[in-house]
Amino acid sequence: MSQYRPADEKQLIDVVAASVANEEPLEIVAGGSKRNLGRPPQLPHMLDVGVFAGIRQYEPEELVLTAGAATPLAEIERTLVAKRQMLAFEPPDWRMLLGTDAANSTFGGVVACNLSGPRRIRQGAARDHVLGLAAVSGRGEAFKAGGRVVKNVTGYDLCKLLTGSYGTLAVMTEISVKVLPAPEATRTVALTGLDDPRAVAAMTHGLNSPHEPSGAAHLPDAGGHARTLLRVEGPLPSVEARSQALRDELKPFGAAEILGDVDSAKLWQGIRDAAPLAAGEGVIWRVSLAPTAAPAFLSAVRAALDVDYFLDWGGGLAWLAVRGADDGGAAPIRAALGGRGHATLIRASAALRAAVPVFEPLPPAVAALSARVKDSFDPKRVLNRGRLYPEI
Amino acid sequence: MLMPQPDAAVIARRSAIAGDLRRLCAASDAVIESEDERRAYETDGLTAYRARPLLVVLPSTTEEVSRVLAYCHKNGLKVVPRGAGTSLSGGALPLEDGIVLGLAKFNRILEIDYDNRCAVVQPGVTNLGITAAVQHAGFYYAPDPSSQIACSIGGNVAENSGGVHCLKYGLTTNNVLGIEMVLIDGTVLRLGGKHLDSGGYDLLGVMVGSEGLLAVVTEVTVRLLRKPSAARALLLGFPSNESAGACVAAIIGAGCIPGGMEMMDKPAIHAVEDFVHAGYPLDVEALLIVELDGPPAEVDHLIDRVEAIAKRCGSVSVRVSNSDEERLAFWAGRKAAFPAIGRISPDYYCVDPTIPRAKLPDMLKYMAELSRKYGLRVANVFHAGDGNLHPLILYDANQPDELARTEQFGADIMRYSVEIGGCLSGEHGVGVEKRDLMGSMFSEVDLQQQLRLKCAFDPGGLLNPGKVFPQLHRCAELGRLHVHHGQVRFPDLPRF
Repeated sequence: MSQYRPADEKQLIDVVAASVANEEPLEIVAGGSKRNLGRPPQLPHMLDVGVFAGIRQYEPEELVLTAGAATPLAEIERTLVAKRQMLAFEPPDWRMLLGTDAANSTFGGVVACNLSGPRRIRQGAARDHVLGLAAVSGRGEAFKAGGRVVKNVTGYDLCKLLTGSYGTLAVMTEISVKVLPAPEATRTVALTGLDDPRAVAAMTHGLNSPHEPSGAAHLPDAGGHARTLLRVEGPLPSVEARSQALRDELKPFGAAEILGDVDSAKLWQGIRDAAPLAAGEGVIWRVSLAPTAAPAFLSAVRAALDVDYFLDWGGGLAWLAVRGADDGGAAPIRAALGGRGHATLIRASAALRAAVPVFEPLPPAVAALSARVKDSFDPKRVLNRGRLYPEI
Repeated sequence: MLMPQPDAAVIARRSAIAGDLRRLCAASDAVIESEDERRAYETDGLTAYRARPLLVVLPSTTEEVSRVLAYCHKNGLKVVPRGAGTSLSGGALPLEDGIVLGLAKFNRILEIDYDNRCAVVQPGVTNLGITAAVQHAGFYYAPDPSSQIACSIGGNVAENSGGVHCLKYGLTTNNVLGIEMVLIDGTVLRLGGKHLDSGGYDLLGVMVGSEGLLAVVTEVTVRLLRKPSAARALLLGFPSNESAGACVAAIIGAGCIPGGMEMMDKPAIHAVEDFVHAGYPLDVEALLIVELDGPPAEVDHLIDRVEAIAKRCGSVSVRVSNSDEERLAFWAGRKAAFPAIGRISPDYYCVDPTIPRAKLPDMLKYMAELSRKYGLRVANVFHAGDGNLHPLILYDANQPDELARTEQFGADIMRYSVEIGGCLSGEHGVGVEKRDLMGSMFSEVDLQQQLRLKCAFDPGGLLNPGKVFPQLHRCAELGRLHVHHGQVRFPDLPRF
């Protein structure tokens, strides 16, 4: 395997053009923290895009930041913190989860995989915050999409398409995102001892209240007992009033305690990074589903598998750690989901990720359209071929 | 505005085609053929452009849409999808040799699911109709384009419509969870659903804002939000546009994201005050309405903070709403801005660029120059929070060259917007109106990549041709890849 490290966009274009001509696909890498995520591509060449790093423009009052795709996420977060702003979609740090602790998580990696944390339910996903980008397509052509303003409907929204495409359509070199003010204070209302159906009911009740929770998670085994957590964020007088009101609102579900800034930060970072399951053994799945479908889904999965789990997004995201199933639990998990959601195999051996579909299999018509979309950007399928779906 | 040359042979076959289409739809009134009735569809919200469609087809079910599109695909017939026809960019402008596919009969709300905070609706349901159906339970649908009483959710999806609450609550694209859609060959697909993240390519994200060029949407799952429990507003007058702009930046810089933040310049203030007598101060150059919504404790806290910022920024007139009546009175003028302009001018033309907020003074200065150059007045209303500017150019269509001058004026504004780091359209779409300016924002390579995506959905170019893209290309030609097999070597870069 050869590894190419272009020094600028011109050289990047040359590398992609050569791989097109030779029909030899490239694996795109920046920090490498997510190399174990997705299908194992096993491609002949590696394309290191590390040179496209650095914050190019940051205007806090415009709520816009532009940076090279390979900029370390930590650098972006440091820069934003200094101006009391944030990436509101709460990008997770999955390095412990994926066993890539030493690698750097990059801006482009988070966008390419459309990774979002607990605040997804309130502020949207990574895809909702990408405003513009520059990239080189699988045709070896540099193009741009979107812009640097927060409201823009000029042309197709290629930013959404590239976000979450796992590098299979184009090599991103520069990305502009919408940033938002960081909350001044955080409180967590914590209920204890609820089973899954009661926990989902409590979270639904909280999310449907006027108190604007920005996180809702259920940890069935948090130190020997279940904890159901709702987070409120904002200015101090607001979070104090809202956390108390939320606690009152949730009285039918039992007495709740209110956790302060420090405890909340630690707790939600753990939920964001799937820490409750990351340290343990097992094959890890992340399942996006309708929140109220979670209890029945979990009960079906637990009947079929030896599994640890927790819920985020008010029940709309189930994290599972499966032990001892030949297929990692793919068949029972997808059967329980019944096509009404999306189950992704996040952590497993390369052999298992090659053997079972890592991403939810698409209905034939959507798969066919997706293949045509791939070909419209990357007709020789040289970029991250096989990372998302076989042959794509 | 140059549209594709109508095909006389297709127009000659109008009756035969109408007969075929009638066989594909159950309702006896599904196909409109008569000259008079077709005239009702000849324009949309951009009334400067008109064309009488070949036929209008109003299917009632997804199966009928599928059959109609498959027929058009097979027969090479062009299709212009249409919701409520309120597009301000000519997105639903018909073609004389193409059918208008109207979704007006898709007007049912199929499901309201409060526990999953979403509703499943047909595309012909109006934007406000969704909120009307759920507000008794304390919920609403967030995007609120000013045409919301009439515009359809299907049209909102096509145009990625916004409104005054975008900065805090997002545009249509951030509030749609799933769709059912039909490709030009009749294939029916479902994307997304009640869950938040779907894997694979974000085809839903591409569909929203695709202006009817990729597929026809037949069902939409939208997010419902709990209505904020309180809302209060400030009405702030400033001695200059600069100080008002600085106040907007200071509010955001202080970590405050208002539910709505609207600015009006002096001509707009005077026009609306004359019209609705909202009690706006007339001795100021710029007026800002800042609305804070959310839990009462937060709203009261932020009202105080914004008031202090406004005073620091030199606001000469500060009023704070203490009741909902007062808050709505602040908004009454802004909401009447378009009709107020319509009252002082026979016609007006609304432009829609988004600019970096810091460039507002530059843009206003430039527009004042253009106003002198073209001899046309301009008034400005501005979604100040997100930088989306709506200059209203006042003209009289009965004067021989005023429309042409107005269009040049608008084009100059849009080009300047791109030059200062903004875009052509913040929420109205490209349509036919901004089509020929796309080259000022995107290179030929950028546009060709967008066109290739179009080819993946609609290889024959039958869906809404003549919109968005200045030039039509054949998909085969766009897809051609120029490589020299075996001759191109990997460049001589360091390898590891």
